[in-house]
Amino acid sequence: MLRRFRLEEPQSVAETSELLGRFGDSAKIYAGGTELLLAMKEGLVQYERLINVKRLGLNQISAENGTVKIGALCTHYELELSPAIQQRLPSLLKLEHNVANVRVRQAGTIGGNLCFAEPHADPGTLLMALGAKMVSETGSAKREIAAEDFFIDAYETSLTAEEVLTEIRVPAPGANARSAYLKFGYLERPSVGVALAFNLNGASVSDVRIAVGCAGPAPKRVAEAEALLDGKSKDEATRNLAQAGTVAGRAAEAISDLHGAQDYKEHIVGVLLKRAFQAAVS
Amino acid sequence: MATALSRHSDGQTIPVSFTLNGRLQEIDVEPHELLLDVVRDRLGLTGAKRSCDVQVCGACTLLVDGRPVSACTTLAFEVRGRSVLTIEGLADNGTLHPLQQAFIEHGGFQCGFCTPGMLLASKALLDENPNPSEEELKHFMHGNLCRCTGYKKIIESIMAAARKMRAK
Repeated sequence: MLRRFRLEEPQSVAETSELLGRFGDSAKIYAGGTELLLAMKEGLVQYERLINVKRLGLNQISAENGTVKIGALCTHYELELSPAIQQRLPSLLKLEHNVANVRVRQAGTIGGNLCFAEPHADPGTLLMALGAKMVSETGSAKREIAAEDFFIDAYETSLTAEEVLTEIRVPAPGANARSAYLKFGYLERPSVGVALAFNLNGASVSDVRIAVGCAGPAPKRVAEAEALLDGKSKDEATRNLAQAGTVAGRAAEAISDLHGAQDYKEHIVGVLLKRAFQAAVS
Repeated sequence: MATALSRHSDGQTIPVSFTLNGRLQEIDVEPHELLLDVVRDRLGLTGAKRSCDVQVCGACTLLVDGRPVSACTTLAFEVRGRSVLTIEGLADNGTLHPLQQAFIEHGGFQCGFCTPGMLLASKALLDENPNPSEEELKHFMHGNLCRCTGYKKIIESIMAAARKMRAK
């Protein structure tokens, strides 16, 4: 049983933003509800109003001018079905296909996933490695937030109280681009996630982006690990993988909990980075 | 801060017109009502079970527009304008669905608690992919848990039903 709340169903982003401003902490955006309703059921949060944003038409996906634009209200299932995602972003396709379970993929939205900022989640980590930008709007303003600036802490993003995440923009990878996302976990949610993206020009590796998620409070890009692979030959990068993995593991800010001990998670980060690189170059 | 949250809803109700097991239903729901509670307690269809209550076990699986959802974590008003299938609607006028028949013939259930969810999820699978590989089947059914069978007979039942359904 949930406590009673009032349902608001705005027809525009401006109206949504106005409602958020007017009602403040007593209102919350409600999309698929796959995270929010659980938190409400467990009594962790309660709201006087839920603002249904599924009538804003923000579930389109398009690819234009080298950018894949993903509406924030697209469900994970819609991403799986999208020709643009299938053709341009195969590593994201695979990630979306493996989010949670089929029922969560049916109802849950990518925007809701990102905004709830549950640490044990997948999309944010890969989007960070892919150089994605989040588009947020109020009634009168619009801005782009780089993925690495979007996640502040567990359950906390850099969105202001009145902003609505409307779109995720991912640069369409070029012909030499490689990327992979690997995750590990034996509980219901992933315990460790590692994303890797780079360009493979002949036998050398460039434009390396590494992100780690799930192990710590928020996904993080790890520049220090990237530097060990960037601009190196494939062979030298491979030799540096172990050290890059150690650096990335420490950068994850892992804590010991039911998902594993801190050093275990750090070790898994290294394993996943190595496997992600091997998967991406093959 | 003590606020009487019930005041803020102002007794708001939402009219929900939807197709339930092929028949038109019109009910009013409050925004906070969960689909599982409406189906079980207001509509008397107790095939869907409340088990984990956190959408990970699949015992509450219903099909909405042919797609599986966790009724325990779906607000009831979300089915307005949609079609809902519960386990009670799977058989056709007393004739068991091939999946139901296969679960009987191949021993796909023991206590039966997960079975309504298993049947509906596997129906959604086969409607989408009439010839799944075992890996595709396991991936789709990954979120439906069973504590009795060890899954082998469930997989066999679904594969057998799929073969029968393809042969028709």
